[in-house]
Amino acid sequence: MLLEAPFTEKKIRALKVGDQVEITGLLYTGRDAVHKYLHDGGKPPVDLRDSIIYHCGPVVVKEQGKWVVKAAGPTTSIREEPYQGPLMEQYGIRAVIGKGGMGPKTLEYCRKVGGVYFHAIGGAAQVLAERVVEVTGVHMAEQFGSPEAIWEFRVERFPVVVTMDSHGRSLHDQVLSASQKELEKLL
Amino acid sequence: MDARKLDKMLEQNLLELIRRTSVELPTDVIRAIDKGWRREKKGSTAKYALGVIRDNVIMAKDKSQPLCQDTGTIICYAELPAWCDEPGFRKAYEKAVVKATRVGYLRQNSVDSITGENSGTNLGPGSPSFHFHPVRGKTLKVRMMLKGGGCENVSTRYSLPDTRLDAGRDLAGVRKCLLDAVVQAQGKGCGPGILGVCIGGDRGSGYIAAKETLFREMDDLNEDKRLAKLEKQILREANGLGIGPMGFGGETSVLGVKITHRNRVPASFYVSIAYMCWAFRRNGCTITEAGRVRWLYDS
Repeated sequence: MLLEAPFTEKKIRALKVGDQVEITGLLYTGRDAVHKYLHDGGKPPVDLRDSIIYHCGPVVVKEQGKWVVKAAGPTTSIREEPYQGPLMEQYGIRAVIGKGGMGPKTLEYCRKVGGVYFHAIGGAAQVLAERVVEVTGVHMAEQFGSPEAIWEFRVERFPVVVTMDSHGRSLHDQVLSASQKELEKLL
Repeated sequence: MDARKLDKMLEQNLLELIRRTSVELPTDVIRAIDKGWRREKKGSTAKYALGVIRDNVIMAKDKSQPLCQDTGTIICYAELPAWCDEPGFRKAYEKAVVKATRVGYLRQNSVDSITGENSGTNLGPGSPSFHFHPVRGKTLKVRMMLKGGGCENVSTRYSLPDTRLDAGRDLAGVRKCLLDAVVQAQGKGCGPGILGVCIGGDRGSGYIAAKETLFREMDDLNEDKRLAKLEKQILREANGLGIGPMGFGGETSVLGVKITHRNRVPASFYVSIAYMCWAFRRNGCTITEAGRVRWLYDS
């Protein structure tokens, strides 16, 4: 199904675990340094209301004066577990894209604020980079370095899977407990 | 060849090695991914994930751009003949790395652990990570691997006996560790993964051997019959755990298992597991002094 900006609470609440979604609109990349900075009280350089944060440290190079995305797959999300939920609430971040899923704290905030976790295919840097149609800006690149900067990506039909929804369901919890049961049988 | 020409020849060939490693998957790995894709149910999230992965492999090669944006730790194993000394090789390789970073085959991926500063060139203490072996032959052999942070973070080590797993100091105990490691990793290491395993060794040598064993081809057979049997068993059992690609659920959790061993001291029994993501970027070549290059893997 398609999800187009603006990313309103109503649209996000309608999503359920297992939905294969294609996103069109603006994404902000943000990973470890950005999350820690915001958590420590740093001011966001962009308005994050109803935004989607993408856990991604892209390869971006300048060609003929324009930023070109060479590779842009997701990075592991769980490292932002301490920060993500509170930042979603404080700044109105509506959704997060990453890989590997997040924990109970983020899941609880998704329920509370009407948020969702999208899983992109880890390592699929080319398929995902191709869906970035324009880089509209970059923030804090000097401070944090290129992979840790906030990049503004305009994306079209960016493919993701909902693995944590606003109704308290997590595909990661389901697969973990099922695989643990299988392991117990084998051991 | 005079020294300057030789340096240039090395640098050019090493740049091509880095490019290939970053943008192409060896065909033995592609075959394993295809096999998983065929196995997964039509319409499942698992098949969808493997489908995106297959598209990505084709696209990266066509565009000559990194398979994955995390171009990882740059690990280089070099067997140096007399004509190629260590400082000379190091210099040529580092030059190639800087160039590869500038053109985007590699991400700016090397961070000062004290200041947090990114060198922007991929050079710095321990980066790239070199393993040099002087050899008697005439041919230079270079193998390299790009290992991303996601899969490095789920790599792990067990010390046997392990009470939680009820795992003793034998192959039955090792089996329990490996299956547990796959469950612990879930999809976080960008599965379906490949396990490089070293039984024994110390805390340093164990991980180095576990990584080095990943240079084996996916469909080869372990020369040690006991380990060949264990590899097969783990592959079958791990794929029955239901973790699936990216941890979405499914029948393809692991693409391959490679096990090696090192002697240990009586007091220690480590099982070191280097988890490698599906974007299994390893490549290698031999280079003669005259500049003739042969590739070690089909891609």
